[in-house]
Amino acid sequence: MKIRNTDGKGEKIELQMTPMIDIVFQLLVFFIMTFKIVAMEGDFNIRMPAASPQAAPPDQMEFPPMKLYLSGNEDGTLAGIRLNEESLPTVQHLNSRIQELIGTDGGPSRDTAEIEVGFDYDLHYEWVIGAITAVSGTKDTNGNVVRLIEKIRFNTPESQDE
Amino acid sequence: MRIKKQKSEILEGDLTPMIDMTFQLIAFFMVLINFTQSETNDMVQLPDSALAKPPDSQLENLVIIHLGQDGTAVMNQTEVNYLGLRHYLDVEYYRIDVQTTDSPKDTTIVIRAHKAAKGGMVQELIQICQEAGFENFALRAEENINSAPKYITPLGG
Repeated sequence: MKIRNTDGKGEKIELQMTPMIDIVFQLLVFFIMTFKIVAMEGDFNIRMPAASPQAAPPDQMEFPPMKLYLSGNEDGTLAGIRLNEESLPTVQHLNSRIQELIGTDGGPSRDTAEIEVGFDYDLHYEWVIGAITAVSGTKDTNGNVVRLIEKIRFNTPESQDE
Repeated sequence: MRIKKQKSEILEGDLTPMIDMTFQLIAFFMVLINFTQSETNDMVQLPDSALAKPPDSQLENLVIIHLGQDGTAVMNQTEVNYLGLRHYLDVEYYRIDVQTTDSPKDTTIVIRAHKAAKGGMVQELIQICQEAGFENFALRAEENINSAPKYITPLGG
């Protein structure tokens, strides 16, 4: 049997580092270039069956759904907010008003409260989301989310004509 | 003058710390790379909302529709004006109904609309989806890092 390296000479094997470093840097550049900070996204859930038979006519219900209407200017910005025929100047006021209405003795609870949101055709979508944010919850001083109305739906074009 | 004869030696820097750091950087970027690119679309800039927190549980059955500012809708890599989506929604409804065990009624339509898109277009899009038989909708918004949303300020009475 042949035994290698019997002469006792210890040979040092040197690894070629250059190709590895080349590849590693290429990988690094690739990941840096494709890296993109993406903001977290969340959803507002809306349940809207096509033709939902109402449990009772609105006037017979204990708390009929609130009606919110957002009117817009020609350029798509918000012109006015109307909540149950009450005019509110800002989305902030809308949020405060909803907080007053929900959970009080004379008003609906968080679970039963419903709101129907309508808006002008040209109103930009960000204002709609702004209003939905205002009615669906608020943040307390500690940054915790306090839920307000969970049942949100858009009005139908038919009810818009009324 | 005497010139010292110098032995020519190759100076080798220690590469180990550099390689360590580089691998750590690669690992960092690999972990953070966003794999949910299929859910996003470059033409859509979402509105931001202080309450748009990522849900605790991921929605299971969902169909994502992107709606651009000009009314272009993108669904399953199909780009079409949102008013012409009905056919594709019918196909999707049939596919979920027949080819999967899920019910189309439990499927959530996730609407990712551009923030400057007309609200009426979103309303019409929802109506088209309703006519196709879908009932659950989710309006997607971007989480607002600042506590005070910029559009909550008054713009006029």
